[in-house]
Amino acid sequence: MAHAANNPMSEEDILIKEQGYDDHFHDHHHGDKYQSNFITTYVFSQDHKIIARQFLITGMIWAIIGGLMSLVFRLQLGFPEENMAWLKPILGRWITLNEAGLGSIAPEFYYAMVTMHGTIIVFFVLTAGLSGTFSNLLIPLQVGARDMASPFLNMLSYWFFFLAGVVMFISLFLSTGPFSGGWTAYPPLSALPQASTGSGAGMTLWLISLVLFVVSVLLGGINYVTTVLNLRTKGMTMWRMPLTIWAFFVTAILGILSFPVLASGFFLLVFDRGLGTSFFLNEIYIGGQALDHVGGSPVLYQHLFWFLGHPEVYIIILPAMGLVSEVLSVHARKPIFGYKAMVYSILAIAFLSFIVWAHHMFMSGVNPFISNFFVVFTLIIAVPSAVKVFNWIATLYGGNVRFTAASLFAIGFVSMFISGGLTGIFLGNSAIDIQLHDTYFVVAHFHIVMGIAAFFGMFAGVYQWFPKMFGRFMNESLGRIHFWGTLVGAYAIFWPMHYLGMAGVPRRYYKFDVFESFGQFATMNKFITIAAIFVFALQVLFVINFFYSIWKGKKMTTKNPWGASTLEWTTPINTGHGNWEGNIPTVHRWPYDYGKDGKEFISQIQPLSEGEKDGGDH
Amino acid sequence: MNAMAVNQEYKRNKIHPQKFATWLACASITMMFTALTSAYIVRQAGGNWLEFRLPGIFLASTMTIVASSIALHGSFLAYKKGKEQLYKMLLLLGLALGFAFVITQYQGWVALQNIGVPLKTNPSGDFVYAISGLHAAHVLGGIVALIIGAIRAFSMPFKVTERRKLRQEMTLTYWHFVDLLWVYLFALLTLYS
Repeated sequence: MAHAANNPMSEEDILIKEQGYDDHFHDHHHGDKYQSNFITTYVFSQDHKIIARQFLITGMIWAIIGGLMSLVFRLQLGFPEENMAWLKPILGRWITLNEAGLGSIAPEFYYAMVTMHGTIIVFFVLTAGLSGTFSNLLIPLQVGARDMASPFLNMLSYWFFFLAGVVMFISLFLSTGPFSGGWTAYPPLSALPQASTGSGAGMTLWLISLVLFVVSVLLGGINYVTTVLNLRTKGMTMWRMPLTIWAFFVTAILGILSFPVLASGFFLLVFDRGLGTSFFLNEIYIGGQALDHVGGSPVLYQHLFWFLGHPEVYIIILPAMGLVSEVLSVHARKPIFGYKAMVYSILAIAFLSFIVWAHHMFMSGVNPFISNFFVVFTLIIAVPSAVKVFNWIATLYGGNVRFTAASLFAIGFVSMFISGGLTGIFLGNSAIDIQLHDTYFVVAHFHIVMGIAAFFGMFAGVYQWFPKMFGRFMNESLGRIHFWGTLVGAYAIFWPMHYLGMAGVPRRYYKFDVFESFGQFATMNKFITIAAIFVFALQVLFVINFFYSIWKGKKMTTKNPWGASTLEWTTPINTGHGNWEGNIPTVHRWPYDYGKDGKEFISQIQPLSEGEKDGGDH
Repeated sequence: MNAMAVNQEYKRNKIHPQKFATWLACASITMMFTALTSAYIVRQAGGNWLEFRLPGIFLASTMTIVASSIALHGSFLAYKKGKEQLYKMLLLLGLALGFAFVITQYQGWVALQNIGVPLKTNPSGDFVYAISGLHAAHVLGGIVALIIGAIRAFSMPFKVTERRKLRQEMTLTYWHFVDLLWVYLFALLTLYS
C-alpha cells in the first residue's frame, strides 16, 4: 500500500475494512500467476483491466485505419476529377494513371474501401473497441468483483478479436484486394468467388475474420453476463447496479443471442461458396454463362444477416448510452433522472431490437403486408428511446453541471442521438423508404445515430475513466477542442447528406457524372469531404493527447477525482490485480446519491443512516 | 484459481459461475440452430423442394446418442456415490457411443447419397447435410471434453472432490444438450421433409 504511507487511511478505506468482507483473496499468494512476468502482465494477461486497455488500443488502431479509408473514398466523392497521382506511393496499383499521367482511384478499390470502412468501424471499433473495452474495465470494478468469472476465457476473447483483425489486415494486401461487396456481404457478390475481384480470396479472409470475431464476442459476452449475475459483491442487488452495468449486461445478452444467427448465415454461405450448394443463389449469369445454382434465395441470407444486424446496432449504442448516463449524472452532480425507467427502456429496446430486422429489407422484395408489422415495431422503439432522452435532459436540468471533456461528449451524444433518431422515424416507414432507401439519407441517419453518437459515448468514457486506466488525466483543453471541433465537424459532414438523400442520390456510387440531376451537389460533396478531413485531423489530436497522457499526463493524486459514488473509485490509484487491496467493499445504497442530505455525493459503500431510504427504492 | 476463491464466498449464489456460463453457451448454440430451423422452414415454403425419406440409419444414430447420454449420466451418479469401477466403465461406454454416433452420422450421409440425394441436388438435401454436419461438429467438441475427462479419470487417483464434480457436471450438461439438440433436429428433419 504505497500511497497509504503518505495519506492516512481515508474514511472509505476504513469503511471497506470494517464493513467489507474478506474473501481470502490475498491469503494464497502462490505468486501472482496472472502477472508474474512481462508477457503475462502486458501480453497474455488475464487481468480484466489490462484486457480492457488492449481492446481500447486495438480499437483505436482500427479506428484510424477505418477513418483513413473513409478519407480516401471521400476524396473520390468530393474531388472526382482531381489528380490522385500523389496517393500512388501509398496505394500503389489502386491508383490508375492515364496517358497524361493523371491518377484516379480504381473503382474496385473504392468499393473495397467502402466495404472495409463499414466492417471495421461496426465490428472492430464500435463493438470490440467500445463494449469490449468498457465491459472489461467496468463490470468487475463496478459490481465489486476481483475479476471476470473466467479470466482465461476473457483473455481468449481478446486474442480471438486480435486474430480476426490480423486476418482482415492481411486481406488488405491481397493482389485482388479485400472484399468489396458491402459490409453486409449479401450474396451473390459474397457467394460466388468469380462475381467480383474482391469476392475471391478477399471474401474468404473476410469470412474467416468475422467467424473469429463472432467467437470473440461470444466468449466475452458469456463472461460479462456470468460476472454480472454471479459475482456481484454483497449488497449489490440488481437495482443497485449503475446504468453502465445494466447496459453492458443487456448488450452481452443481445450478442449471445444474435451473433450465432449470423454464424448460421455464414455457415450456409460457406456451403454455397465452397461446396456449390444453392441456399442463397438462384439462376445467375456471370460473363454470359448460366450457373447451375438453382432454387436458393438471397433474401434468406438477408433475413439471417439482419436478425443479427439489427440487434448489432443496439450492441453498439447501448454501452454508449450506459456510459453517457453515468457521466451525465456524475458531472451534473444530480441523481440520474428516472433510474428504473432507464433500466426498463434498455430492456424494452433490447427486446424490440429482435423484432424489427426486416426494416432493413423493405425494398428487397419482402411482402409489403409483413413490412407493416416491422414498421409498427420499429416506430415503437422511439418510445423507450425518447424516455431515455427525456431522462438525460431532465438529469441535466437544474444541475450544477461541470463541463469537462467527458461531460461535453456525453451532452454531445444526446444531441447526436436526437438528430439521428428523428430521421429513423422517416426511415422506419416502408412507404417513405421507397424514396429514401439506399440514399445518402440512410448514410446520414446511421452515421449520426450509431456512428458519431457511439463514438461520442466512447470518448466520454475514455475521458472519464482514463485516470482509472492509466493513473493520469488526459489534457482537458485539448479534450474540449476535440469536442467542439468534432461536434461542429460531424454535423457539417452528415447534415448536408440528408438533402442529398432526399434528392435521391444513391449511396455507394463511385461517380455521379452520368447523372445530370446529381451534378448540382458537386460543391456540397466537396464541402463534406473538407469537413471529413477536418474531423479526422481532430481525432489525430485525440490520439496524440491519449498517448501523451499515458506517460506525461497530469498525475492522479486522489482516488476519486470526479467525486463519483460508484465502486471503481474506491480502489487504489494504481489498481493491482484483484482490484481491492484488502476486503471487498459491501454496498449499501444505489449508485446515484448526488446532492443528497447536503452532501455532494455519497459513496455506495456508505451505510444508510437511520431512517434513510435507499434512493433506488422509490 | 483466484476467480474460484472469489466465488466460494458467495454463499447466496445457487449456481456456480462456470456452470452458468455453460448454460449460456448452450443458449447461444440453440440460437444458431433456431436460425437454421427458420431458414429451413422458410426455404421449404418457397417451393422447388425435393421430398425424400430420411434414411433409417439416422434413427439408429439418434438412439446411439440417447444411449450415450444415459450412460454418461449413470457414470456421473456412480462417481458421486464413489463407485469407481462403474464410473469408469460407464464413462468409457458413453465415450464409445459418442464416437459411434459421429460414425453413424457419416454413414447417414453416405446412405443419403445412395438414395440419390447427394450434395447439390436440392436445398432440401443440402439442409440435412449442413444441419447434421454443424451438429456433428458440436458433438466432436463434446467428445474432446469427454476424452480429457477419461484421461483424468484413469490417470488420477480416484477421489470425489467438488472441483472434479463440477467439471464432470459441465461436460455432462453440454453432452445432454447436444443429445437433446439432435433429437429435436431429427424430429424436424423427419416431420418437416
